Amino acid sequence: MVKNITIYTTNTCAYCVMVKKWLTAKGFPFSEVNIDEHPERAKEALEISGQLAVPVTVITKDDDSQQVVVGYNLAKLAPAVA
Amino acid sequence: MNGKIIVYGAEWCPDCRAAKTYLNNRKIAYEYYNIDNSAVKLAEMLMLTNNKKIIPTIVIGENIMQEPSLMQLDEALQAQNVLATEPVQEVIMIGAGPTALAAAIYTTREDIDTVLYEKGVIGGLAATTDWVDNYPGFPDGISGLDLAENLRKQAERFGAKIELGEVTKIDTEDGLVKLSTTDGIRYAKAVLIATGSDYKKMGISGEDTYYARGVHYCATCDGAFYRDKKLVVVGGGNSAVQEALFLTKFASHIDLLVRSDLKASDVLVKQLEKNEKITVHLATSTEEIVGDGSTVKKVIATDKKTGNSVEFETDGVFIFIGLKPTTEFLRTSDLEFDEIGFIKTNAQLETSIPGVFAAGDVRSGATMQIASAVGEGATAALRIREYLQNC
Repeated sequence: MVKNITIYTTNTCAYCVMVKKWLTAKGFPFSEVNIDEHPERAKEALEISGQLAVPVTVITKDDDSQQVVVGYNLAKLAPAVA
Repeated sequence: MNGKIIVYGAEWCPDCRAAKTYLNNRKIAYEYYNIDNSAVKLAEMLMLTNNKKIIPTIVIGENIMQEPSLMQLDEALQAQNVLATEPVQEVIMIGAGPTALAAAIYTTREDIDTVLYEKGVIGGLAATTDWVDNYPGFPDGISGLDLAENLRKQAERFGAKIELGEVTKIDTEDGLVKLSTTDGIRYAKAVLIATGSDYKKMGISGEDTYYARGVHYCATCDGAFYRDKKLVVVGGGNSAVQEALFLTKFASHIDLLVRSDLKASDVLVKQLEKNEKITVHLATSTEEIVGDGSTVKKVIATDKKTGNSVEFETDGVFIFIGLKPTTEFLRTSDLEFDEIGFIKTNAQLETSIPGVFAAGDVRSGATMQIASAVGEGATAALRIREYLQNC
């Protein structure tokens, strides 16, 4: 089971909009870190994903295991929240 | 639904197989009798059909149909409320960029049931564009994301349904267009391919190695990681110049590497000349992206005027060297493509498959402008309406 979901986004990123839209449609609540508004947290997104890209979606399960999905990639997002 | 569904057929009969496949795909329960193996069932069928030995004969409640088209079968099942899944769509549009959204505004306003299938971003490439200054009706310009959102809202207001999924193949079956999708088989009376285009890759050393670790194709997505950093932007067209200007919001300095001359519009070139953060290098061919194993450190290029190798120290590279059609998934379909891979159509926007239309950036001869894409979407919708009236 999914415990919580955090998404790193920017204001102008269309793929971020799609991840949020998809999670909302699937009924998953999430918290958002907008790195345009919190530039100091860009480093955090890089450390988690190893990539200089958004969206970064961090899915934490009940056993505290984490899965990280970079980009709007349904083939990775769907199994990660299952 | 009153009564059950019975199919009388034979193993050698392709229309019988098509009817069974159709019912199976829609998870509709039915009884099947092979009349070659059962004289009793043959007699039973002949009694129902007034001795007409035509197969498939399909009984849906009190409705007895002989050799129905899949469209007739679908209508009969709808009349009996049998369909477990959605019926045959009037129109399915592949893609939900400006072309398909504009087309959907037109079709749904005329009560033509329309579904859009989108595997990526609603709004397409336009949604990833920082700023759109040349789309008519917005005197001060509009962000690509806002334009996409407006188009989506307008299409949905009239009843367009946008589904997130992927179409993998297009065929025809008994007068219908058959789409293989990630959600199973779907049938439509007409289909619009509006899958648009995407940025080309350069195919140079380091490009794949450092993808998303210093090599990027979406400034609006990834630009924020380059606050106060140095960047290289490759390309000389409208997209490259527009996105380089956008990236100056973050970067301390940008080297714009242009293979030949700037091809961007005069308005953008004037903005470029005024921007002190950007240095333009004309006749500069980008050869290699070099990093330290984790991030990009420099770009190696050739100065075509002197033939000398030149190096640009950088923290990242954004590449905008032109567009390629999003048609790879259609290559096994029976469509005609031009030499680059764009879909060929006639003046009515019809492809080589009956009932399948193509419009926007994906069409051979497209001008790669959002305004043109929207115009082609409207034209395609009107052609589809004519096609539906005649089919």
